[in-house]
Amino acid sequence: MAAAVPGGARGRAAAALLLLLLLGCCGAAAAGGLQDQAEQFFRSGHTNNWAVLVCTSRFWFNYRHVANTLSVYRSVKRLGIPDSHIVLMLADDMACNPRNPKPATVFSHKNMELNVYGDDVEVDYRSYEVTVENFLRVLTGRIPPSTPRSKRLLSDDRSNILIYMTGHGGNGFLKFQDSEEITNVELADAFEQMWQKRRYNELLFIIDTCQGASMYERFYSPNIMALASSQVGEDSLSHQPDLGIGVHLMDRYTFYVLEFLEEIHPASQTNMNDLFQVCPKSLCVSTPGHRTDLFQRDPQNVLITDFFGSVRKVEITTEALSLDRDVAGFESKFPEEELATEPLKYAEQLPVAQIIHQKPKQKDWHPPGGFILGLWALIIMVFFKTYGIKHMKHVF
Amino acid sequence: AVQVRLVVPMVVVFSPGSVPGDLPRPLPFRDVQEMEISVNLRTSVTSRYEMRYRSTTGQEEAALAAATAREADAALYPLQDTTMGSLTMYVVPETSSLLPQGISVYVGKHRSALVRAGGSLAALQARLREVTQVMSFTASSIAAALSDRVPNGQLSPDARRNLKSSLGYEITFSLLNPDPKSHTVDWDIEGAVNRYVKPVLDKLSLVANFSVDSQILYYAVLGVTPRYDKESSSFLLSAHSLPHVINPVEARLGSSAASLYPVLNFLLYVPERSHSPLYIQDKDGAPVSTNAFHSPRWGGIMVYNVEAPASPQASLPLHVDVDMARVMEVFLAQLRLLFGLSREEVPPEFLLESPGNEGLADWELDHLLWAHTVENIATVSTTLTSLAQLLDKIGNIVIKDDVASEVYQAVASVQSSVTKLSLGHLHAAFQASKEAVTSSERAFFDPSLLHLLYFPDDQKFAIYIPLFLPMAVPILLSLAKIVRETRLRKKEPTKMD
Repeated sequence: MAAAVPGGARGRAAAALLLLLLLGCCGAAAAGGLQDQAEQFFRSGHTNNWAVLVCTSRFWFNYRHVANTLSVYRSVKRLGIPDSHIVLMLADDMACNPRNPKPATVFSHKNMELNVYGDDVEVDYRSYEVTVENFLRVLTGRIPPSTPRSKRLLSDDRSNILIYMTGHGGNGFLKFQDSEEITNVELADAFEQMWQKRRYNELLFIIDTCQGASMYERFYSPNIMALASSQVGEDSLSHQPDLGIGVHLMDRYTFYVLEFLEEIHPASQTNMNDLFQVCPKSLCVSTPGHRTDLFQRDPQNVLITDFFGSVRKVEITTEALSLDRDVAGFESKFPEEELATEPLKYAEQLPVAQIIHQKPKQKDWHPPGGFILGLWALIIMVFFKTYGIKHMKHVF
Repeated sequence: AVQVRLVVPMVVVFSPGSVPGDLPRPLPFRDVQEMEISVNLRTSVTSRYEMRYRSTTGQEEAALAAATAREADAALYPLQDTTMGSLTMYVVPETSSLLPQGISVYVGKHRSALVRAGGSLAALQARLREVTQVMSFTASSIAAALSDRVPNGQLSPDARRNLKSSLGYEITFSLLNPDPKSHTVDWDIEGAVNRYVKPVLDKLSLVANFSVDSQILYYAVLGVTPRYDKESSSFLLSAHSLPHVINPVEARLGSSAASLYPVLNFLLYVPERSHSPLYIQDKDGAPVSTNAFHSPRWGGIMVYNVEAPASPQASLPLHVDVDMARVMEVFLAQLRLLFGLSREEVPPEFLLESPGNEGLADWELDHLLWAHTVENIATVSTTLTSLAQLLDKIGNIVIKDDVASEVYQAVASVQSSVTKLSLGHLHAAFQASKEAVTSSERAFFDPSLLHLLYFPDDQKFAIYIPLFLPMAVPILLSLAKIVRETRLRKKEPTKMD
């Protein structure tokens, strides 16, 4: 076969040439100025955004953790991520807490300037459903099949995910609901499980707890960037109490992050380096930390909206099909079977009419049961014991 | 490590007068061409074209005597081998008038092509190679299917934008009417779906299950205010404002409630009377002919302009009857692009037959099947490998029987799929790969495989030492006492005289 051998080597060269040509074509396309900007804009290669926002503390005095999470939720929604792509986990209800002097509100600024609860908060995991197990199930996707879609993280390999956690933490752990904890090793393993199944393209992990930097020390999966509000050995402090509500409203780090995010709009070009500068030690008292060694791109090129917003890559449709308009009905090759169904009836759940017009049932007479008999036997025995057996003949 | 061999059975039929002079052997003979597509160090895909060269039969010659290429193709269709993944190429003489001037290859609707002879065998083979690149798969399409294994930087970000292989897709058609006071929009979506969309979905039903639904949204506005252009007295949406259009609308689409399959949204937007007519501008500032744009892995949006009424005194609301054929032409084209079936990278001397109402040609379906099969096999191997690694690491996870049986089934299915690919049975290989993906996903995502057991060593010390140390102190002291006493007793006899 004289044609096969040179064909093989030529084939390999042709494949390499083809790859090079295609890449070259992509490079040539980037020559135009606006095109260049667009290429840079979309260099992250993601097509959708998800956010998992977790507040792990309950009780009224941890109001600030719920306010933290809701502030991030608000920013993320404002910048474009829809509710269907946000998994919000709040361990306690502050807005309708009986101790809240302003019900149905959660404020983040004192003097009640900003109500982060708003009108359309959609909490996916609430109160006692916020557990370590549920959190890990959401991340790894090992969810029982009966879970509704709003409680699932349906990300794919082109999703950028923002994970925000707040609560009370320590060196290497984060406390959930005052009864259990998640360690940094478990979190790192969960992220590795996500990477193995390609459940994310890039991940941004933000944590606002005491000694928060310890939580990202153990990450080992690629494409993860992490920010924390304090280093190991430092406490994250809360921002300002509101004397009207009686608790601290926000934590310092998230307060300044929220201020920073309020200035971001969906088209802004602010990058991650600016986020790293938020809340220096003078304002925050603790030293915020970040970790970018696992991240492939330079933080300079990562836009805030890559994670906090949802800017989709869009292409103009240049071609259209030409359809034959004179087509009558279409006979499908796989016709759906017509199931014979009977007309549906509405079933009364509680037959109220029957109940209120019911007459009381005639109960059949039963001889007295064992307890009554025993009681009477006891009474009679006591009587005759006390007063003598001679009274028996008066009874019988 | 994934080693897959993709076999394409090909038949090259020489019509009289087109046989090149430098054939190595007389017809008919067989030939094999192998090419290696190496994705990374451990993954390689070998493509193998098993070619059978022969001359035409009497019936084929009669068919090739037709007037146009399309008629010839239609006449040749019943005479071909139409198994999925196979290709048939008919070589016509260089001077044949069957192909128009300047066209050297005509690709039909099914799995065949008419190729103009090029004089020598080498020229013909080069042309045949180009045809196979168009009609079956290319190195880049396979690499794109395996995109998560390609080292970063080698693939452009554009290459990863096709829909991932999934068992089903849900298609939602939405009509957005932001101005119901001015326009009453009527669209016969059910009829349009039955007439235009069902044929395409029927053809794609080999690839996945599709479900279609539709909705109408009122007072749903685009997130961007269009610019008024005096020259054309119309409103324009520039290309760089398009990415911000989708998000405000998406929250109202309700696409997430329906199913767990990926959702493709096709939106038809009828602009408000105050913003009519609305045109989309491309990057060069020219209005786009289709007036539509799409977003990878999400769907597409088309702007439907209502003609201004003849008399300015026409009473509001205006009744609008949407021309569903025009709309579906664009939506179906967008559906093709979302799946990655684009005809843009075809060499200029190729003539591709339009697929008509079926939406896609048989060889384009093969394209999808090749890419999806390879992607499924890669996914299964990654899933099973990572499951094995997880179980190695955490020793105390209990594997239930049904998880174990799913794993065995996944392994058997993926092996069968690889074998069938190397035999050239594309359809069977695809089915096997789908079963493999289903089983492996069920095994990997079984809720029982969650591990919450992490015991660091220092915690073990912290728990057990306060428990056992106080108990151990008297035990150790008593042991020491016993030992001392035995030693004394042993010494005593030597003391006595």
